[in-house]
Amino acid sequence: MLKSAPIDYIQRTRDQYSALNYPPYEWAQNSQTPPWHPLRKPLSASRVALVCSGGIYARGQIAFHHKDDNSLRLIPTDVATTQLRTSHFAYDQSAARKDINCVFPIEPLRRAEAAGRIGAIASYAFTFMGGIYSQRKVVEQLAPAIVSHLIQDEVDVAIMVPV
Amino acid sequence: MGLIARAVEAAGISTVSMSSARSITAAANPPRAVYLDYPLGQTAGRANAPDEQDHVLAAAFSALETMTEPGSIDDLDLEWAADAGWKDHVMRVDPKSPGSANDDRTPRLDTPQYQAADDYNAVDPNCPSCVFFDDA
Repeated sequence: MLKSAPIDYIQRTRDQYSALNYPPYEWAQNSQTPPWHPLRKPLSASRVALVCSGGIYARGQIAFHHKDDNSLRLIPTDVATTQLRTSHFAYDQSAARKDINCVFPIEPLRRAEAAGRIGAIASYAFTFMGGIYSQRKVVEQLAPAIVSHLIQDEVDVAIMVPV
Repeated sequence: MGLIARAVEAAGISTVSMSSARSITAAANPPRAVYLDYPLGQTAGRANAPDEQDHVLAAAFSALETMTEPGSIDDLDLEWAADAGWKDHVMRVDPKSPGSANDDRTPRLDTPQYQAADDYNAVDPNCPSCVFFDDA
């Protein structure tokens, strides 16, 4: 039970954009019941992937640009966390730059694997920069690319981490 | 992210979404979500708090194992601060002076924005692990 009401970010963004004379941001709205696939095997036997929208990239990769970039980065999951960076136009990245696990929980996932809570971590984590204006670019380009890589890597479970 | 969670789940892969923006997650309506009532930027738990980060991930695992209703959102039992006053200041526009609204986002530049300038020197320009899409 929450002790205070959650912030209504949709309303506050609407107020802020309107005060700044920006066109309104169109949040994704889905009233249809979501698709549903229960775990096909126990988590302790499942291959688990991370999908994160905090603009994470690894040193050596091209960073995100801030003009509706909808590109994808594949980050090897054995990466040293000291090599991880963030580039995002919209959120306060100070916590993430102190400890990338705030938005890219790779070390908790490694501990879960070591403890046998999950079977294995997928070979790659998938990252992009959330806040993409074009839902069409998400649905037609980004989502199918992520799905195709997850299937190729025989992933059973995906943990989605927005910011 | 909700759109992507739905696409991944539709492909037969079970998903759980973390969230610190309950209204946005409820609207996007992903299959399963766990809500952490924190300021944006630490969806998976606060910095340098591994036990707390493990707790958030454990809640996500538990959602995968126990949720039975598509579109469920579990509220986590963690508080950012004993005083919820921080919520009053996030993206607030003063109704008496809407001109005081700030845009604290970065300019919409179409060139890569590196966290550290030095990252640029390490870049592999072919970047085989970067996936770009047609601009159409």
